[in-house]
Amino acid sequence: MDSDAAIAVDRLTVRRGKHEVLRELTVSVPRGQVVGLLGPSGSGKTTLMRAVVGVQKIAAGDVTVLGMPAGSAPLRRRVGYVTQAPSVYDDLTVRENLAYFARVLDAPATDVDRVLSETGLTEQAGQLTGNLSGGQHNRVSLAAALLGAPELLVLDEPTVGLDPVLRYELWALFHRLADAGTSLFVSSHVMDEATRCDRLLLMREGEIIADDTPEGLLHTTGAPDAEAAFLELIRKREAGTSAGPHGRHAAEGGER
Amino acid sequence: MTPHRTLATTARVLTQIRHDPRTIMLLLVVPSLLIGLVSWIFVDTPVFQKIGPAMIALFPFIVMFLVTSITTLRERRTGTLERLLAMPLGKGDFIVGYALAFGLLGLVQSAIAVSFAVWVCGLDITGSVWLLFAVAVADALLGTTLGLLASAFARTEFQAVQFMPALVFPQVLLGGIFAPRSSMPDVLHVIGDWLPLSHAIDALTAVADGTHDDAWVWTRIGFLGAWIVGAVIVGALTLRRRTA
Repeated sequence: MDSDAAIAVDRLTVRRGKHEVLRELTVSVPRGQVVGLLGPSGSGKTTLMRAVVGVQKIAAGDVTVLGMPAGSAPLRRRVGYVTQAPSVYDDLTVRENLAYFARVLDAPATDVDRVLSETGLTEQAGQLTGNLSGGQHNRVSLAAALLGAPELLVLDEPTVGLDPVLRYELWALFHRLADAGTSLFVSSHVMDEATRCDRLLLMREGEIIADDTPEGLLHTTGAPDAEAAFLELIRKREAGTSAGPHGRHAAEGGER
Repeated sequence: MTPHRTLATTARVLTQIRHDPRTIMLLLVVPSLLIGLVSWIFVDTPVFQKIGPAMIALFPFIVMFLVTSITTLRERRTGTLERLLAMPLGKGDFIVGYALAFGLLGLVQSAIAVSFAVWVCGLDITGSVWLLFAVAVADALLGTTLGLLASAFARTEFQAVQFMPALVFPQVLLGGIFAPRSSMPDVLHVIGDWLPLSHAIDALTAVADGTHDDAWVWTRIGFLGAWIVGAVIVGALTLRRRTA
């Protein structure tokens, strides 16, 4: 396994009740790139991201982040995390929210203004967060994750509900951050965002069914776009499953 | 735990409440209004003089319990707690930060409630008003920390509200307001003697009636303090960074 990866997941199994949300999942995310995690809702994207951040109870396997076990204390400052629902305080102003998280992270006070301008929220700084629109609300949550300039950003559907201009601006920001050396792990269920990633992980029913560059994915499947490529992969896998009893698992490195 | 993160959390919670003037009014005024109501019900009778001190224990305790348990539960539900625990915030920073913020509110609330009971409702205090105030503050802080603890076991606001009757009402019933604990069956008497609210009621009544010396009252306050510290420690231990 690539020990220099931003994220290295080795045979990760997560159960919720009796249901296996992730089964022996192995995947690696390189540093300094924008890596997209795409898949339908319910495919296990959030669970995988929570395991990377170290807030998910895991049944088996190892998750290594920036060379350390996921969730270990030194990582809490080096990894930024945005949950799907905006996890900020509705009854604080945007600036008060960011100032609090900056103090928890020991980030310099000037960071608040930096992340406000990076997320286009400077004008809303004095407003109560609960009064913002859905898209602005999400950006406050993203701004909080940018505080302290973390080396790895784990972003769970950060562009949901944003208008196309803002989405474009955020992806531009992600790439600026990646160019500066930050690793980004971004989930989305919107397939047209796939082409904006340096690398793609396609996820379905708790398994990674593709790990490739967008160009590579289109090339191997011969599909015109990511959505079609996704369908093509599912079709191939289902054909593989019916062809032999071990076909499905063989692709993941075999059963134990 | 680090002092600056604890205090940042306290300041943040107080700022949140500052944005909500209605909550501030309810927190500070409702216990006094209820004490006033009780004294009005029993006007021209000696009853308020007898149960008034217990009311100073009861209403702030219940209000602080409810407000704290729901506020911290909201933090779990909105994902902010998960975000904080993925950051370098200690579990103790979170719990103690909350306890300090609501403790401060409890202090102001107790000051108002004690002043109202003594100077408006005419409750006669044989002992020191300051000592009465000290017990009232410990009692409000107890409500706060038990609320923090209860929220750890609640998944939804509905459950949190149910914890109020489950954890608070037995303490009210066994605290000796309705019937002296000494007249209860032995089992209930013993249980009542170990519940913290009983000690708050005893101490406030003792200060009002002047039946015990200051040292005895301070022992009761110490007992409340032990429950407060215990609730904070158990509350911090029940916080989990990893959840299912």
